[in-house]
Amino acid sequence: MHALAERIQQEYPRGFIKAVEWRGDVAVTVTREFLHDIARFVHDDPEIDCDYIVHVSSVDWPDDEERFEVVYEVYSIRKRHRIRLKTRVPESDCIVDSLTDLWRGAEFMEREVYDMMGIRFRHHPDLRRILMPDEYTEGYPLRKDFPVQGKGWRDTFEFLNETT
Amino acid sequence: MKETTTKPVLDDQRTTVYKVDPEHPESESLPTLRTEELLLNMGPQHPSTHGVLKVILELEGERLVKSTPVMGFLHRGVEKLAEDGTYHQFIPHTDRLDYVCAMYNNFAYCRAVEKLMNITVPERAEYLRTIVAEVQRIIGHQFWLGTQALDIGAMTVFFYAFRDREILLDWFDELCGARLTTSWYRIGGVERDLTPALIQKLRQFLDYFPPKIDEYVVFLEKNRIWVARTKGVAVISAEDALSFGLSGPTLRGSGVDYDLRKYEPYSAYPRCEFSVPVGKNGDTYDRYWIRVQEMYESVKIIQQCLDQMQEGPVMADVPSVTLPPKERVFTNLDSMIQQFKLFSQGFNAPPGEIYCGTEAHKGELGFYIVSTGGGKPYRLKIRSPSFIHMGAFDYMSRGYMIADAVTIFGTYDIVMGECDR
Repeated sequence: MHALAERIQQEYPRGFIKAVEWRGDVAVTVTREFLHDIARFVHDDPEIDCDYIVHVSSVDWPDDEERFEVVYEVYSIRKRHRIRLKTRVPESDCIVDSLTDLWRGAEFMEREVYDMMGIRFRHHPDLRRILMPDEYTEGYPLRKDFPVQGKGWRDTFEFLNETT
Repeated sequence: MKETTTKPVLDDQRTTVYKVDPEHPESESLPTLRTEELLLNMGPQHPSTHGVLKVILELEGERLVKSTPVMGFLHRGVEKLAEDGTYHQFIPHTDRLDYVCAMYNNFAYCRAVEKLMNITVPERAEYLRTIVAEVQRIIGHQFWLGTQALDIGAMTVFFYAFRDREILLDWFDELCGARLTTSWYRIGGVERDLTPALIQKLRQFLDYFPPKIDEYVVFLEKNRIWVARTKGVAVISAEDALSFGLSGPTLRGSGVDYDLRKYEPYSAYPRCEFSVPVGKNGDTYDRYWIRVQEMYESVKIIQQCLDQMQEGPVMADVPSVTLPPKERVFTNLDSMIQQFKLFSQGFNAPPGEIYCGTEAHKGELGFYIVSTGGGKPYRLKIRSPSFIHMGAFDYMSRGYMIADAVTIFGTYDIVMGECDR
C-alpha cells in the first residue's frame, strides 16, 4: 500500500475502508462519518500536507446499496503528491459533511455536485443549484436514470417524426 | 503615482448622518438620510463577461459588498454527453469547452485517455503536441491581452494582439483545416505531421513575434489609466489562492510557482528549458506580467522543440486503440473497418479511474475518468479552471469599485463555454 494511504489507515483505522493505487493515482475510500476528520488530517498533517483542492466529483452506481460516490481530489504543493478521497452514500440519505471549512474552493465544486447528482452537503454555506436554473425540478442530470436527451417541459410536446 | 496593494477596507457604518453645514444652517431641518444597498444585475449580456454570465452585485455606493455569480447559461451537459459516446467521439466536444483555445482541451483530454489506456506516445508526436500547445498558449494570451485591455478601456492593444493572433489562426487552418474548433490531437498521437512549409512559417513567426510583444507592453504599461486600473486590483494572497483552488497565472500571480509543466512534467516539456514566471503582489498587473512573460517562454519552447525534433511516426502503434493512418483507411478495407469500429463501438478500456491534469493557459485543466470497461466512459468529470476561478470571485471583488468587477473577470481569463460545460 502507498505510504500516504498507510498513514491515513494508521491514524483512522475505523474510518479507513480501502486504498487502491492504479496508474500512479492513490485513491482512499473512507466511511462517510470519518470523511471530514480524515480530510482535516490530510489537510493539516505535515507529512501529507494537501493544501490545494483539485476537484470534487461524484459517481452514480445505481445497482449498489450505497448508490453515490463522492470524490475529492487534493494535492500538496510542497510535497507534490495527490490523493483522492472517496466516500459512499446511500440514496435514501445522500448527505456528507462539507469540506468548505478546509478548502474554500470546495464551495462551488460541492454546489456543482449537488446540482448534478443531488448529493447534499452538511454545513455548506450556500447550497443552491449552480448550472441548472434555480427553479429546475426535473431531477439531477448526471444520475444514470436521467435520460441523455433530457426531460421535462419538452416532453409535453408531440413531435411528428417520433417512431414509437 | 502611489500604488495601493492592500485591499480597501469597507466602511461598516451603513447609515450615514449628514452633518449640518455651518454655512448653510437651513440644512439642519433636513431629516437624517439613510443609505441602503443597491442590487445591480450585471449581465447576462454584457460584453466583458466573455459568454453569458450574470453577476448580482450588492453595492454600497460604488463599492461592491457582495457579488453572486449566476452561471449555467451555456450549460450543454458535456459530461453527460461524454457518457453516451465513445472515447474517440468525445474529442470534438472538448473543442467547445474553451472555444478560444481548443487545442489545449484536446491535448488535456487525449492525455487523460492515454493515461487510462497506458499508451506511450511516439517522440515526434510529443514534440508536435508541445509545439502546437505552446502556439495555442500564445493565442490564448494574445486573446486575453487584447480583450482584457479592451474591457477596461485600453483599445489599441486589442488590434495589435488580434493582428498577430490572426497569423497563428491561419497557421492552424493550414495545419488541420479549422481555425478555432481544431480537433487535431488524437488518442495516441496527432492527426497529421507538420509539413516543411508549416515549419518554415512557424519559424518566421518566431522571429517576428518577440518584438511585437514588446510593442503590446508599451501600449499597456505607458497607459496610465490601464496601470491604475490593474495595479492593486483583485489582490489575493497565496494562501487564499491555494485554498480556493486557483491555478495557472491567477495562482502564480500570488507567488506560488505551481505549474504542472514543471511539477508533473509531461510531453516534451522536460526536454525544454524554460522558466515559470511568478508574481509578487497577487494583483491583476502581476497576472498580466506573467502572461506576457509566458509568451516569451512559449517562443523559447517552440524554438527548442523545432530544433530537437527528429523524424518518426506521429501516432502510437496500438491498433486496438489508436486510429489507422488516413491513407490506409481510404485504400485498405481492414483499416477502414478498424476505424469504423473504433469510432462506433470504441476500444475496450480497462476498469479503473484516473485523474490527469494539464497546464492549459488558463490554469489546470483536468479530466477525471471512471471506466467500468467497454468503449464508453462511465463518468467523465472536467475540472475546468474558469469554473473554479469564479468560486473566488465574490471573495476577490469585495470592497472594490463597481467598475473593477470587469477587471476581475478579466484577470481570471474566463470563458463561459468552459465554465458552464
